[in-house]
Amino acid sequence: MRLIAHSLELIRNERILFSNLGFELGSGEALALVGPNGAGKSSLLRALLGFLYLNAGTVKLEGAGEETLAEATHYIAHADGLKTALTAGENLSFWAKILALRTKKTTGSIFFEPLSPKKALEKLRLDHIEQVPVAFLSAGQRRRVALARLLVAARPIWFLDEPTTALDAATVQIFAQICAEHLENGGLILAATHLDLGFKATRLEIGGAK
Amino acid sequence: MSALAALLWRELRVAGRIGGGGAVGLVFFLILVTIVPFALGPDLNLLARIGPAIIWIAALLATLLGLDRLFQADEDDGSLDLLTLSATPLELIVFVKCLAHWLTTAVPLILATPLFALMLAQDGIGLASLPLTLLAGTPALTFIGAIGAAITVSLRRGGLLMAVLVMPLTIPVLIFGVSAANAALGGTISFATPFAILCALSLAAMAGAPFAAAAALRQK
Repeated sequence: MRLIAHSLELIRNERILFSNLGFELGSGEALALVGPNGAGKSSLLRALLGFLYLNAGTVKLEGAGEETLAEATHYIAHADGLKTALTAGENLSFWAKILALRTKKTTGSIFFEPLSPKKALEKLRLDHIEQVPVAFLSAGQRRRVALARLLVAARPIWFLDEPTTALDAATVQIFAQICAEHLENGGLILAATHLDLGFKATRLEIGGAK
Repeated sequence: MSALAALLWRELRVAGRIGGGGAVGLVFFLILVTIVPFALGPDLNLLARIGPAIIWIAALLATLLGLDRLFQADEDDGSLDLLTLSATPLELIVFVKCLAHWLTTAVPLILATPLFALMLAQDGIGLASLPLTLLAGTPALTFIGAIGAAITVSLRRGGLLMAVLVMPLTIPVLIFGVSAANAALGGTISFATPFAILCALSLAAMAGAPFAAAAALRQK
């Protein structure tokens, strides 16, 4: 599987966020988007998923079979997509069904069994809060539940927007390990971050354009 | 299919736990129906004659009451972005969300209508026909309202704007809903004619509105 972006340009509010930006990302590779606040890291992720319109450029996903980029991608953003009235387990089993891949098996080597909500929470050391409504969780715990979403539905491409916000040091390490495992399985990771992610990733500077 | 069932289940569960929506709509409906006789004065014949219209206007307002949150709640917590990443088409997701909203707000109104109709001096036929017309017509209100909810999804205080956008579009539903209810009470036209048009309006809204609302959500 290969994600190829070519001469991307994004203009927001008459300001060029980036232009002539390109990258290639293959199976097992990670790309870290770095740059100052407001440089357009989050906007790039959103534009790739089709939430924003790119002013120029092409985005191609090769070897994904029937899935489009949006359908093959997990997106972790600032908003965590959790309903506060539901328990962590209910939220996760909902997203597991909604985000399940259309085809049971993706092409090539990228295939891993999705975990049950309980197992996914266990992996992030949160199994004790499965039955707790999300409203009662702390910011860090909510972030961990949101990250557990990556594991309950098997999607080959992960778009992570500041994934480690509000996480404690121990969880950052656990998460880095989860990402490393995903890359070993042949997954792709595109992460926008200020902090060190803890796994091997090529750096892509954004924010050169004025 | 299991994705849509999961969505319906989640919507019902969230509505049930948070409360608000359905229960408040029902109380709002009750208050509207009870204050009108006070404003009209003690004229039982007049009340009986305009009773169906009062019920229909109250149902329209009660339906619109919680509709602005239909997509906005998902937009605020980031769910809406994730829902669009699903392999399930956004149109079906919109349809299921509208269905859940109808089940939690309109169905309690329909069930309570015989009681409220009694308070508006309706006779036996009115008690039976009014819920029937609401059952046929409220889906149109919910689905047309969903278009307005989708258009105003990214506006902070979009609730009122949504009502302003949606109300003119609901006029045909109101006309045929009230005329079907009146026809059941007697008159020159048969009940079947306006009732069939009312059903057609609902079916057309159910078929068309999800596409319009999904298109608006994609442009937000």
